[in-house]
Order: sequence, then structure tokens, then C-alpha cells
Amino acid sequence: MTATNTSANLLRLGLRRLLFLVCLGLAGALVSATLVRFAPGYGVEERELDPRWNASSVEALRQKQALHQGLPSFYFHYLLALAHGDLGESDSLKRPVRDLLRQRLPVTASSVVRGLGVAWLAAALLASLGIASRGWFFAASTTAFNSLLLSLPSAVVAMLAVHLRTPVFCAIAVVVFPRLYSYIRNLLVRSYDQPHVLAARARGLGSLAIFFRHVLPLAAPPLLALLGVSFAISFGAAIPIEALCDSPGMGQLAWQAALSRDLPLIVNVTLVVSLVMLAANSLANLAGRTFAGSVP
Amino acid sequence: MKPLQKVAASILVAIFVLMVLATFLLPAHYARQFRDIPNAGPSGAHPLGTDALGRDSLSRLLYGTRVSLLLAPAAALLSTLIAALLGSVAGLLGGWFERVVLAATDLSLALPWLFLLLVVRAMLPLDVPPLVSVVIAFLMMGLLGWQASVRVICASARGVRDSDFLLLARSSGCKPARLLLRHVAPNLRPLFYAQFFISIPLFILTEANLSILGLGVMEPMPSWGNLMRGFEDFSMLSANPWRLVPLVLLVIVVMCFQLVLPTQEVAQ
Repeated sequence: MTATNTSANLLRLGLRRLLFLVCLGLAGALVSATLVRFAPGYGVEERELDPRWNASSVEALRQKQALHQGLPSFYFHYLLALAHGDLGESDSLKRPVRDLLRQRLPVTASSVVRGLGVAWLAAALLASLGIASRGWFFAASTTAFNSLLLSLPSAVVAMLAVHLRTPVFCAIAVVVFPRLYSYIRNLLVRSYDQPHVLAARARGLGSLAIFFRHVLPLAAPPLLALLGVSFAISFGAAIPIEALCDSPGMGQLAWQAALSRDLPLIVNVTLVVSLVMLAANSLANLAGRTFAGSVP
Repeated sequence: MKPLQKVAASILVAIFVLMVLATFLLPAHYARQFRDIPNAGPSGAHPLGTDALGRDSLSRLLYGTRVSLLLAPAAALLSTLIAALLGSVAGLLGGWFERVVLAATDLSLALPWLFLLLVVRAMLPLDVPPLVSVVIAFLMMGLLGWQASVRVICASARGVRDSDFLLLARSSGCKPARLLLRHVAPNLRPLFYAQFFISIPLFILTEANLSILGLGVMEPMPSWGNLMRGFEDFSMLSANPWRLVPLVLLVIVVMCFQLVLPTQEVAQ
């Protein structure tokens, strides 16, 4: 009965999150459309200033722009196009935004996933070592190293990666690692200090048994929530890293769009990244709740 | 205060004094070019040498320190004020207003911060005078960087909302504005200070990232981010290691800010 209730609750929560994501996508699309519509220079074609175009051609261009000048008509056409997967055209690259995203998203996703894998592995390993050793020298040196990494701008890490010829995912891992390490270490310290863990230790339970039976169930839900947050951190870090490492991903695309003030491109890139982030966060939260629900 | 925190605080004070006295210590104006000695090494006249355009590196470093160390605290102050207002009012009122504020906060916390900054920056003109670029950077960080603080402040304000002294004030006919200013805000003041200090290193790093990408403080005005743009030329950097001074200074300042904040306030 309890297990059925838990599953029903989780299903309800999952559906609510999905509905929230859909509403958010719609709201995000409207905000994006508003930003594009009210940006300075909207509806003005650069070609209108070209002296080689005659008056009738310029007039035809203006007529084409005037088609969607009314606000309701603009929003309607924008949402209709969006429903068909049309995200508009990039002003600077003169290519459909959808094609650009299709080309760039896998590059960033691959770097982010691999970078996160390395960062999580290193952070978990180092935090576990710190818990096992409990020596002041190890704690002090890792804290100092971590603090140093936290104080480096992502762009400087990217430049170092360029000089050392390391792959983009390594730079992402270096940016994400210190944020993960400090959180995981504090979480493990707190979990190991719980009375029931101390009691298990006093009863002579092995380290592995204590970790898997008593520490991990406590630490897993916040760690899964951290997984969602770490996606946002790594996508944020991807902008300077891809821009400076010349990696053709979403970060570089966003940077180029900002430099060329290409609003249709930057708002759509941000919209897609935001939806990916929110979906990742929702999945991480659901996984955390499932895990918390399965622990007796 | 622990000894390490005292050392960190002393370093910060020394750097701030240096920043204030920069005008009297500058060997030359930060934009003045010594065209006959570009890329010069350290000398008596130019202790940190000159850059590729022949500008005195020490002058640019001191002035850049002033820009970065004024910009980040100013943006932190603005974002803390917004967070204090929103968080306190949401915590005090509760109900739908609190839910809306917290939902908006959660939403913006889930988005990558640099993407948001890029969208806003893309809406503004890029070809602006240096001073305007400083103001734009300050406003962008200040107006978009309040989300994390709102959650913390709102949670604490919620605790104060149910306290006896607030109930007494309410029963004696205290108006909401007076409740907020006289009773809630003074109780949350340590938290405001903590959030302010936490935001400063974050904004220093953000300014550096934006300026390195060419979207922050514009040339010829120096800032730590601007000064680090030259790091892309590694061969020049390895031949002139003193060019790393802005990065060393930035790392020291950010680490000092991390150290100087009492741990219990960060945990709060």
C-alpha cells in the first residue's frame, strides 16, 4: 500500500514537473519573442541601406517586414513557427537557428558530460580520501588547492587549457571540480558524524558496509540535487571555455551571438539551454525523491 | 577572528589602501603611451614594464584594481539591496507573494548565469565609451545577481515573522513598512552583510570573465579582466612572467574574501 502511494506520488510529481516545463517553455518563448520584437533595429534590413537596391526592391523588403508588425500577429506567427520547430534565422550567420543548435548542441553536451564525469569522479575520490585519512595536512592542502581553483576565472582556465593543449572537457572539469569537492566533502563529514554511523562504527562494522548502508542513503538525495546544479555550472563555464578554446559548441555560439548582437540567436540558445537545465534539475530532483522514498 | 582571517583582512585592507592611493602612486596615466618602448621589461621608470601599446603596466594594474574593486562591491551592494527587499517582504508577507518570489528565484538559479548576462549584454550597444561599459557591467551584475541571496534572506525573514516581538508590534498597530524597517531588517542585518561579502568575489570573477571575452569593461580603461586578455599570447607571457601580476592579485583578493567571511555566516 505504502509503495503504491509512493509511486503514485512520484508519478504525480513527475507529471507536475512536466507541465511546469511546458508552461515554462511557453513563457520563455513569449519572453524571447518580446526581446526580439522590441530590440533596437527590429524590422530594419541592412539591405535597405544598400545603394544598389532600387526603390521598388526596398519597398518590397519593407512590405515583407511589415507582414508581422502588429503585435498579436507577431506573437501568433512566432508561436506557430515554434510549434513547427522553426526558431527563426540568425541575423549574423544568416542560417536557421534550428540548424545551428542541431550542429552545436551535441558538441557542448559531449564536453559537459565528459567534464562532469571527470569532475565528479575526482571530487568524490578526493573527498572520500579526506574522510578516510582525517589528517590535518591532507585537509589543509586540499582546502588550499580547492580555494585556489575557486579563485580562478573560467576564462583563465580556458587559456591554460589552450596553452597545455588539453581537451575542452578537462577545462570544464577543472571549473566544476572545486564546487563539487567542497560540497561533497562537507556532506560526507556531516553524514559520518551522525549518531547511527558512530554506533555502527562502534559495533565494528567494516568501512564499506558503513558507507553503502548508512552514509550513502543519507547523502544520496542532496548529491543527486547537486548533479542537477552541476549541469548549470558546467554549461555556464562552457561559454568562456569554448570561446577561447575555439570549440564549436553552444557556448561559442552564444558568445558570437552576443558580440554580433544577434538577439534571435542568443535568446533561442538561452531558451534551449534553460529548458535542458530545468529538465536535468527536475530529473535529478525526481531521482533524489525516488531514492529517499526507497530508503526505509 | 582566527589568525588566518586576520592575515586575509590585513591583505585586503592593504590592497584597498593601495587602490585609494593609486592616483598618487601612478608613474603615468593608464592610457599614456610611451611609443618608443612597447613591451618593455621592468625598469626604474616602469616597475612592471610596458604593454604592447607602450602603456605603463603598473599604472594600468593599479587603476584596473581600482575599477575591479569598486565595481564588484558596488554591484554586490545593489544585488544585496534587491535581495534584502524582495527576501524580507516575501518572508514577512508569506502566501502567494512568497511563492511567486521563490519560484522566480528557483527558476533563475537553474539557469546558467553567464548565459543570462550575455542575453542582456547583447541587447545593449557594444560600442560604448569605457565609463559607460563600467556602468553597464555594474548594473548587469547588480540587477541579475540577487537570486541566491533572496532564498537565504527569505528563509530567515520567515523565522522572524513568527516571533513574539513581531506579534507584539503588529498588535500595537505597527504598519508593514515600519515592521520591515524597524523590526525585520535590523534582525537580518548580519545576514545582509554576509550575502554582500559572499557576492563580491563572485562579481570579481564574473567581471574578469566578461572582460576577457570582450563584453565587460572596454579599452582603454583597465580592469583585471582586461589586463588578462593578453594571456592568450603564451610565448610572450613565458618571456615576461611579471605580466601575471593581475592574475596573482585577483587570486589573492578572491581567496582573502573567501577566508575573511566567518564560516558560520556562510553556512547560514
